[in-house]
Amino acid sequence: MKSAVVTFPASNCNRDMFDALEKITGKTPYQIWHQDSEIPDVDLIALPGGFSFGDYLRCGAMAARSPAIKAIALHAERGGNVIGVCNGFQVLTEMGLLPGALMRNSSLKFVCKTVHLQVENTSTNFTNAYTKGQVIDIPIAHHDGNYFADEDTLKILETNGQIPFRYVSKEGNAIASANPNGSQNNIAGIINERGNVLGMMPHPERLIEDAQGGTDGRGFFESIINTLK
Amino acid sequence: MKARIHITLKDGVLDPQGKAIQHALGTLGFSGVEGVRQGKYIEIDLAETDKSNAAETVEKMCKKLLSNMVIENYSITID
Repeated sequence: MKSAVVTFPASNCNRDMFDALEKITGKTPYQIWHQDSEIPDVDLIALPGGFSFGDYLRCGAMAARSPAIKAIALHAERGGNVIGVCNGFQVLTEMGLLPGALMRNSSLKFVCKTVHLQVENTSTNFTNAYTKGQVIDIPIAHHDGNYFADEDTLKILETNGQIPFRYVSKEGNAIASANPNGSQNNIAGIINERGNVLGMMPHPERLIEDAQGGTDGRGFFESIINTLK
Repeated sequence: MKARIHITLKDGVLDPQGKAIQHALGTLGFSGVEGVRQGKYIEIDLAETDKSNAAETVEKMCKKLLSNMVIENYSITID
């Protein structure tokens, strides 16, 4: 599987993403700078976490107008896989590849901890290596992860199974106390209707080997490999 | 010309920062604050001298970058 990691000024999880992809796919990802207007032909483009452009104006707003964005949009339009983690998710909503927006956490605090996620839809390109209903532990670290979409959009996401990841309790219940940031319907990650673009606030790339304290994030990357087989 | 742009959250979009400000005002003894909504104010200096051209350009700026139409509204004044 060929992949590319796009780095913006003040991305800070690009190396984690690069390492995870290299270790799991066995191939060195391309490193793309935000000013590169062309991206080599790859199976996956990953937008990493961080605080691109200092979160000026709105999180992801500046990054979503970078020269590399046109190439990412074209890749997605052709059916190529795109993932955005944390700031990458914010960029995907700002560039309109995913619906909704990510707002300031309801607590107004930066939240850095490991949360429980339920994998609700395992028929996506990014979740097929998990079992349906499986509860996984994945770290989050963000100030603006409070997912918002209008009622009609939420209804569509719910009906189409476009919410593969939801914040839940250890027992798998999507209750308010398991919601770290105030996201509507405990949404942790969404996928576009076509199924090739996914954004999520939690960081699967931070939990891919025992040295990191667990491997619950591996399934995310293994799913993409399965999809391409 | 100068464009003055107010960007505010749409009705129905929760504003935790506005809520925190409201709470803080209460703590400071300001009673009767029934609601607070916060937003952004942007000033842009333009070389353009025609008001309607300037308005058209700033409108495009708002749609393309300055506001996120999913959650925000904007209003423009030009003088």
